[in-house]
Parts: sequence; C-alpha cells; structure tokens
Amino acid sequence: MSTRVQTQGRLINRDRPVSFKFNGALMKGYQGDTLASALLANDQMLMGRSFKYHRPRGVVASGSEEPNALVNLGEGNRFEPNQRATTTEIFHGLTATSQNHWPSLEYDVGVVNNLLSRFLSAGFYYKMFIHPRPFWKHIYEPFIRHSAGLGKAPDAEARDVDRYEHFYAFTDVLVIGGGVAGLQSALTAARAGAKVLLLEQTAHLGGRAPVDGGTIDGMSPEAWVEKARADLAAMPNAQIRTRTMGAGVYDHGYVLGYERLTDHAPEVAGPRHRLWRIRAAQIITATGAIERPLSFAGNDIPGVMLASAVRDYLVNYGVSPGDRTVVVTNNDDAYRTAIALVQAGLKVPAILDARPQGGGALMDEAKALGIRVETGAAAVKVKGAKRVHSVCRGVQAGEGEVLEEIFCDAVAMSGGWSPVVHLWSHCGGKLNWDADQAAFRPDHTRAPTSHDGQAFVIPSGAADGAFHLSDVLQNAVTAGQTAATRVGAKAGDAAAPAATAPDEAPLVPVWMMPQGAQKKLRMKAWLDYQNDVKVSDVQLAAQEGFESVEHTKRYTTLGMATDQGKLSNINGLATLAHALDAEIPQVGTTTFRPPYTPISMGAIAGEARGEIFQPIRKTPMHAWHEANGAHWEPVGHWRRPYAFPRKGESVHDAVNREVQATRKSLGLLDASTLGKIIVKGPDAGKFLDMLYTNMMSTLKPGKCRYGLMCTENGFLTDDGVVARIDEDTFLCHTTTGGADRIHAHMEEWLQTEWWDWKVWTVNATEQFAQVAVVGPNARKLLEKLGGMDVSKEALAFMEWKDGTLGGFPVRAYRISFSGELSYEIAVPANLGRAFWDKLVEAGKEWDITPYGTEALHIMRAEKGFIMIGDETDGTVIPQDLGLDWAISKKKEDYIGKRAQARSHMTDPKRWKLVGLETLDGSVLKDGAYAIAEGTNENGQTNTQGRVTSTYHSPTLNKGIAMGLVLNGPDRMGEVISFTNGDSPAAKARIVNPVFFDPEGEKQNV
Amino acid sequence: MLLITCPYCGVAAEETELHGGGEAHLKRFGPGSNDDDFTSYLFHRENPKGVHFERWRHVNGCGKWFHAARCTNTLEVFGTYKAQTTEPPKDILDTIRAKRPGFTWRDLA
Amino acid sequence: MSDVALALGGASFDGLVKIEELAGQGMVTLRGDLTDKAIVKAVKDVFGVALPDIRETAFSGSTGALWMSPDEALLLCSYDEAQAKADELAGKLADAHALVVNVSDARAVFQLKGSLLREVIAKLAPVDMSPDAFKPGMVRRTRMAQVAAAFWMDDASTARVVCFRSVGEYVFNLLSTAADTNASVGHYSS
Repeated sequence: MSTRVQTQGRLINRDRPVSFKFNGALMKGYQGDTLASALLANDQMLMGRSFKYHRPRGVVASGSEEPNALVNLGEGNRFEPNQRATTTEIFHGLTATSQNHWPSLEYDVGVVNNLLSRFLSAGFYYKMFIHPRPFWKHIYEPFIRHSAGLGKAPDAEARDVDRYEHFYAFTDVLVIGGGVAGLQSALTAARAGAKVLLLEQTAHLGGRAPVDGGTIDGMSPEAWVEKARADLAAMPNAQIRTRTMGAGVYDHGYVLGYERLTDHAPEVAGPRHRLWRIRAAQIITATGAIERPLSFAGNDIPGVMLASAVRDYLVNYGVSPGDRTVVVTNNDDAYRTAIALVQAGLKVPAILDARPQGGGALMDEAKALGIRVETGAAAVKVKGAKRVHSVCRGVQAGEGEVLEEIFCDAVAMSGGWSPVVHLWSHCGGKLNWDADQAAFRPDHTRAPTSHDGQAFVIPSGAADGAFHLSDVLQNAVTAGQTAATRVGAKAGDAAAPAATAPDEAPLVPVWMMPQGAQKKLRMKAWLDYQNDVKVSDVQLAAQEGFESVEHTKRYTTLGMATDQGKLSNINGLATLAHALDAEIPQVGTTTFRPPYTPISMGAIAGEARGEIFQPIRKTPMHAWHEANGAHWEPVGHWRRPYAFPRKGESVHDAVNREVQATRKSLGLLDASTLGKIIVKGPDAGKFLDMLYTNMMSTLKPGKCRYGLMCTENGFLTDDGVVARIDEDTFLCHTTTGGADRIHAHMEEWLQTEWWDWKVWTVNATEQFAQVAVVGPNARKLLEKLGGMDVSKEALAFMEWKDGTLGGFPVRAYRISFSGELSYEIAVPANLGRAFWDKLVEAGKEWDITPYGTEALHIMRAEKGFIMIGDETDGTVIPQDLGLDWAISKKKEDYIGKRAQARSHMTDPKRWKLVGLETLDGSVLKDGAYAIAEGTNENGQTNTQGRVTSTYHSPTLNKGIAMGLVLNGPDRMGEVISFTNGDSPAAKARIVNPVFFDPEGEKQNV
Repeated sequence: MLLITCPYCGVAAEETELHGGGEAHLKRFGPGSNDDDFTSYLFHRENPKGVHFERWRHVNGCGKWFHAARCTNTLEVFGTYKAQTTEPPKDILDTIRAKRPGFTWRDLA
Repeated sequence: MSDVALALGGASFDGLVKIEELAGQGMVTLRGDLTDKAIVKAVKDVFGVALPDIRETAFSGSTGALWMSPDEALLLCSYDEAQAKADELAGKLADAHALVVNVSDARAVFQLKGSLLREVIAKLAPVDMSPDAFKPGMVRRTRMAQVAAAFWMDDASTARVVCFRSVGEYVFNLLSTAADTNASVGHYSS
C-alpha cells in the first residue's frame, strides 16, 4: 500500500484538500501535490501500461524524467495526452485517465504481447513486417497503428480553448535551474552587476537540497533557499521565473523558456503558456542530475522506484510508497532514503549495497538506526505483478543465485547520478566520461561557442558533476563569476557559502545486477521503461552488428520515447559498451535535442491563432466587398473578391454576369493591391532599362508603357504598366503578389550592384487605392463625376493625368487589362472607400457592376493577355509567350538578357504560347498536357504542350484556353488532343490567343 | 538562431529580421560573356566548411543589404560590412586570418 | 476632409495599455543622403527639425523625423499638412538627389499609452525593450509577429506603432491580444 503519512510533506498544504478524478474515480489530494503524489496517497501505484508489452507500470521518478506515469489529462477542448503525472500540479476538478490499455488499466488485452515478448525482440518490426510486401500497407500497418501509441489523439472536433503568447527577453546571464546551484550562480553573477534571469521548471526553488539535507551558512537548505530568493528579489538586476523550463539552447545564446502559467490553476484568466524567446550573452545550466535505475530483473514492477523519488514523495508530499521498502544501491545517496523512511516510522527490511565495502558516513548512520545493510549484494529479481511482492537477494559478483527472498511492497533503487547535460549539449557542448562517478560531465574546454567565437554556456553544480553540497556551491560560485566576467561585469565574491553534508564513499558502477545475470534475468531487466527496451535487446542489437550508438538507438528504440531516454540512456550506453567490449566514452552518446521535455504546440504558435493566425491584408474597400457578398480569393496575404454572387446566384453565374455587364456597359474593379513603386533619380531611366526587357528610358512623361521583368536566369518574373511622371520619376505597377518582391529586387540591384547609380525607390503601394472603371460607359461615368477632361483627346490610351473627379484628387491612367475602354484611377487610400462608394452610386444608371478576380482573368484571357503565375511558372521566358515585341533589340543589356541567349533558351523546340479552342465548346482542364505520339523511356505518353489558362468565356459562350505548344504558332488550325482526367482526351484547335476584338477597337475609343 | 549585427543601423538582429542572400562578391557577367563565365556567375557557389562570405538583408529593419563573414561550421561571425564593395575589407580579413590561420576562400587567403 | 477613413476607423482597446488608432498623422518618406547639408537644411526649413541620428527621432511639436536607414527618413506632421509639406520639401530639393513621397495614407498608426507598453511590445517584436536598452527618443524598425512594423517612444508611458495600412487590423488585434488585462508578464522593474 502506498499512503499518506501524518508527518512531513513540506510542499503540501493539508488545510487545502483538492478533489480530482482518475479513471472516473473521485480522489482527494492536497494543494501542492503533484498528480503522482496524490495518486500514490490514494494507493494508486499502477498508473499506466508500457508501450510495447503493455506491462503494468507505476511511477518511477518524481520529476520530468518520469517514463511511466503518463496520463490523458483534461477533457474535450482541454484534453491532452502523455502528460507526466510527476510534473502535473493538481487542482480542483482535475480529470486524468491512464493510457495504453484496453479495456481497462487493470485488465488489458494487449498484455498478450508480454507473453510473446521473447518473439518481440529488438528490431522485431523491421524483421517481421517486410514480407510479403503488400501485407504492410493492408494488414500490418493498420493493426500496428491501432495498437500503437501511448495517449490518444484529441477529438478531431476539439479546439484548444486556451491562449498562448510569446515574450522576447534579453539578459546578460540566464540561469537555467533554481536549485541551490542555480540560486548561488545567480547571486554571484547578479552581485557582480550582471543582469540575471533565472528559470526554474517547477513551482519551487531549491531543487533537491531541502530533501537531501545538510546545512548552508549554518542554515537548513530550505532556509538558505528562501534567503537566496529574497536576496535576488531585492536586486533590480535579477529576475526569477518559476514554472518556467529552459527548453532548449540554440545558436548565439538563443534560449526557449516554457512558462506554464495556468496549468495548475485553469480557473485563472490569461494565457496558459508563455514561450520565452530569450537572448542571453551567457547561459548557466544549473540543471541538476538525474538518478539512474539499476538493471535487475523485474525492475519495472510497480513499486520499484528511484531512491530519490521515494525520498521526494515522503519529504515533499508526506507520501509513503509502502510500509516495507528495500533499498538497492551502488552509492551512498540512497542511504538517505532508507534513513528518511525509518525516521518516518516506516520499515526498511534491508539495504542491498552492491559495493563490497559498502558506504561511508551515511551507511554508519543507517546502521545506527538499526537498518540491516548487505554489502556486495544484488537484487537478483523483484517478484510481483501489479505490485512489488518481494526482492530476491543474491550477490552482485554472481550470476543470479537467490540467497534470500525479502518480502516488501516497494523497492528504492539507485544506480548513481547522471548530470543533466542536455542544455549544455543542445548547441554543441562536448562531454567527458568521468569514470569515478560513472557519468558524462561537461568538458569545459569544449563549450558551445557563440557569434563572437566565445564560449557561452557554463554548467553549474550537479549539472557539472559536483555532488557534495559544498562542491555544488563552490562550483556554482565559479560558474557565476565566469559568466559575470564574460559579460564584462566584475568577478565578484569568490567565497562560497560554507556547507556541511556527510562525506560519501565512492560508488561502484553497476550496469547489470547481478553482473553475470543469466539471459532469463536480462530479458526482464528494463533499460527504457516507456519503449520497453531491455538489457537483452541492446545486447542483441550489438550481436547483430549495430555497433554505433545512433544505430542501436533506432534499432531498439532505446531513448526514443517521450522521455527521450532521461533514465535509460546511460544504462543503455554502458550495456552496449559492455556488449561490444568497448569503453563507454568510445561508444559515445546520442545527440541531445531540444526541447528538454515536450512543450505545447500552443506555446510554439503563441498568439498566432484565430483572427491573427496570419496577417490578412485588406484594401480600403474591403468592408464594402464583405458587405456585398464577396466570394474571396487569397492572393498572397491579400484577400481579393473572386466574384460578388448575389442572393441565390452561383459563383459561376456571378462571374458570367460580371463579365457580360462589363463588356456591355460598365464594370468596377478594386485594383488597389497592384504594386506601385516610385523610382526617381537621374539614372532612373537607365535603371529601368536594366530591369525591364523593353526600353523605358524613351517613355515620355505623361505616357504609360507595358513592361516585362525577368530574373537574371532569364525567366519572366513580373509585368505591369510603367508611367513616366516626370523626367526623373517613374511609377512602376507590379502584380498583386509582386509589389514587395519587385521592390526588394530593385533595392537589391541598386544596393549591391549599381550602387553608384543615382536612383531612389519608394514602395507606395499602400498609399493609394486604385479602381479600374471598365466598359463602354466608363468615360460617361467619369464625365458625370466631372473635374477633369477624360476625353480621348485629353487622355488617350496609354496616357495618365492628375486631376480631380467628383471632388477627389486622382491620378487617372488610361490602361486596359480587359480590352475595354478602361481607366485605372488612383486616390489616396484613406479616400478609397468614399471614392468607390461614389462610383457605385453614380454608376447606377449604367448598371455598374463590381467584378472580381475571376471576371478579370476571363476578360484578359479573351484578349490573350498573359498572367504572371498562369502563363509563367519560373521556367518560361518572354520569348515563349510571343512577347518578343516587348523585348528591346537595341539594348545592350537587361537583367536576363544573357541568360536568354543560352542555347536551351533559343531552342526552336521550346513550347510557345497559342490559343486553344475546344471542338465541342467544352472547357479544357487547367494544366492538361497536349498528347504527342508514342511513349518515353519510362513508358509514359509523350507530351507536346500544356494548358496554362482555361476558362468558359461568357462573351464567346465557349471554352477558351491558352497553352504552350511545340511549334504552336506554326500550327494554327491544327487539332491536338489534351489529357482530360479520367475522361477521353479532349480535342482542341490551335488558334490565335486573342479571342476577342483582335483589332483593339473597343479599348481605343 | 543567428544574431548578426547590421552595419548600417547597428542593430544586433536576430535571424527573423534578416533575409539570407547567398554568396557575396559575385561578379556579374552579362551579354557578350562566355558560357563558362556566365554559368559560373549564375550557378557555381562556394560551399565551405569554415569561413564564408555571405549576403544578408536587414529586411525587417533598415532594409539594407550587407555582407557577413561567417564560419559555416561554428557559426562565428567575424564581422559584417557594407555591401558597396567587391571584396571583403582588410580589417575583416585581418580578423579572420588571426582567428583562422591558413583559411582560404576563392582566391583569398 | 470628411471622407478620410482610417484603416480601422479609429479603433481603440483598453487593457495593459490603452491602444488607439491615431487620426491625423501625416507621414512623408524622404529618400536621400541624410548627411547631405542641402537635405538637412530643407527638412529643417519645412519640418522644423534636424534630421535625427542613427535609430533616433527628432520632434518639434507636431512635426518630427524618424531615422529609417542611412538614406531614408520618415517625416511627421499633421495629416492635413502632409501633401503641402511634401510638395514644399520636394520643391526645395529639386536640385538635390532626393525622393519625397507623401505616404500618410499608406500606414496605420497606433498609440500605446500605459506603463506596461514595454511588455506589450516585447510580446510581439524581437527587440530588447528593457528601459536601459530602448528609451524615448529611439525608433526601431522591426517586425511585429508576422509583419513589418516600426515604433518609437514619445515618453516613458507613450509609444507609437506604425505598420502598413493593409495589415492595420492584424496589428491592432495583435496589440490588443498582447495587452490583455490578464496577460501581464511583470518582467520590467520600471
């Protein structure tokens, strides 16, 4: 039985009971409990089942390294799988369910895997499921997918109801970890004058010290921690954040901190998690150490726990894991657990110490308390099913002979301590093997380096392999001083607080218990609890040739579960090294990758959800479009109306109506999204001649010219109308998606290639709202508004003029993308909506029809105008599109000219633009290929072209298309076939791409 | 996440303010150039493990293009300098030579 | 002009800080060598301020200038004066190599008022907002979440944020979310 004891429990408040539910059962804990401590207090030792064999599992650890006690937390919109019971603070109404079992935690069908475990060895999936090939997709994979996975995914309909945010912070020194080492390092650095930010992942400062005892400056560790906290709080240059984990250390001192604001108190309003995006000049990793399990048979039976965890539950939460706890160890630290248990009135039938000589002062203290100590001893195996029943004692030097069966209900094991080197290693910090402590420690000479080439991570305390309390504090002072001097502060006080703690005898590494354990014992000795990897699996992998630790990891899945091997890695490495007859440092470690423990997707997304998931760019007329039923089309981040369907009208019908109304009378288009870049300077003409394929320097002020822009690779990248404002000034229109890109393109060439040219640019796209007034009645409407002469004589086709219309200051361009009489009118953006409203009102007598991008596309296609992104795809040059007329032959150079002279670009076999007209009037499929004779070497049908734009033309009442076809312009009238989805090929005739008004009579009136 | 100081506005900018622009100090070859020169200009790039000269733009910032001398292996930034030059300035090269004796890049050493 | 419509029609939000879309902010972009004496003098004549140093601002009553890059300044005045001032400046600089454009309509401007404005901005921009790093008199062009933005502090409890007009609503929603009353960070001591 695990239960609450009447004494101890420094972190719980017995006056504040908290009720919660586990697997539907109502349970009681106290404020300050973790879910794990509260479950133990309710005798719920069984907390989950393992991933592969579905073995019953209890809690092993008391912190973030916990591999077993993973639960589904919350319900509905707050449901989250794989949450650690050990790091979940309980609150009123918490609901949790256990994972990875069916139908229930107590009775699980999947446990059959356990019975088959001797067939489910390392690499089982790789070996088993490759033959016969088709079985994988249809039989094996669905079955494995059904049975695999730990927690279940949230419901598809569930939506995270919480808020998240980011916060950018900058500091001289970031201390990760708020144990005594972190606090001391922070104090040292802050007292030296450095700006310090300290992060602690739990709700409490102090780490293990208050549990482990000793004295600091004559105080209990708990009192010293409180004093350190108060001292830091009093300094304006120091900050402490609890419940904030240092999740990852990245290049150049960038660190992600994961702050959990309301996980422990969901009723509190505000963001649930905050992701700290920290830039620190120096980072101190005071991340402590993690105790290692011992590898003996049955070390995964519920009730077998880390010795430190047993002590934590007792001291911090007043919970005993059992009445009778056998302690199994290879070091002195675990004696503290035995002593604490006995002092709390609980029984420790024996301490099994694998060391022949036993321990030091702590052993003496234990013996003085009457605890039986067996040295040179081993736990040969632990017996029990869902709960520890007994420990079989043998000798560590032996092979597993049982000398005695000791009855107990819990086992506290300790295989030594591994410094938490994760954050040191994230950004490339290297490790040394410390044979005395049997642990990897940071190699200070090979620290991660920053932008200045200097080391920027400093380990502190146990994370640096300093374990005795006085060593921890001295090490922490040194770390704080190092950080302070590196950020330019003074070194500060070198004296560490005086600490007392018992001296400890050295540990003896134990990687298998007993060292010569027979196979049937090794097959029940777990390394990785979560992924069910045993000593025998790693040995098998080595035997099969997986000598690299990275290969062994992937083959056996050792360390690949959600705990990332925090408990298993070192034991696994040692087992592998032993199997390979190699030294541990030769085998090396796997790569430590952030985050240290999983962080929420919400925290990563931050504020980016709902309305602010991504920016949506809106024109000044956006609200009108919305109010008038716009069917939207995203164009870059812009939203443009695709069409304005009326009530009961389909989008397709709306598009047809908009085209016809515009061609017959009057249409209106919001063209505000088009890029408008002002280019000015004595060299502006020369510059635009380089940018565009045609000549811009000869354009006369007051005139407009259509131009093409290519990349240096020769491919067409943008097009638009250029207006010359005055001798020195041009206004370049770009496509909607091209404004920022083309402006950047201009700046790049001006800044990095032609920096001696006198040219300035300003991207004035958003200064203006622009409206295209299009159709036979366009001029009448503008004349009705009045204010400037818009007659053919005063404002001819391809001219522009400043003036006023209806009282609005405007710049009117006589340009047309539809083939109709058309004006594009720019007004200051803040007047855009009012101007639009005025046009809509004044245009009623001509049935003015606002149209969207689809009508725009159709009308331009009817005229054979190309569209960037339809006719171009980054592989098309202007010559492919019959645009030779827009390519200057006189210019020596323009961007892309040299590239277009390459043999492949001048190849007459390049597909060229033509019009396509289906024989039956149907619409070709977008992107359809023109079919050629025969097949290629892969057996695929040969092609001779493709469709680039295809529409139903309401004007001509038939399908029209443009496409690139082999020798197309020379094949007018020929009928060719196009792919047509699953239907028979579609037949289309090659025609001139200008389907409508080829003489241009309509626009030139 | 890289931290690179823009030589125009002095901001130590994190990567999200910057836009990478590939190799620095390319010599443009235009019409009339031979195929080898043009191909090299357009496509051939250094790919060093070590010292490299790169173009960056402070796009979410002052908008300027600049050059950075950076180690592609350790990510150390030896220095940044303005884009209006065809070769790295002497002080940058001196810094690199001191820190990485024997480095080479194209015809620099 | 009564037809002038701001991007958000003058929206406001009250939380950790008070956020208001400012009406009447005129803006003129100047491209030119900011150390050119003729340019400095013309700006002084028309806007009444000396061009500011690198990443700084200069104000004189309702007019001012922001350093945007070594060859770009954003000149501030009232909205109604902007076109006339732009024309006047352009006239004075007719012989210089400079480009002057009235961009008063191209942006949305938000005022942040309150002692926690540093926190609100630090949630959105990768900028050190601690009082010893960013001070009144400085301007910073950067990004806020996913869009370009710039901001400066008029005094310890007043900042102005500018972004492009088309993303005005996005930025307003960002700022309002960051300024949620329940989302205080408590990071800056002052």
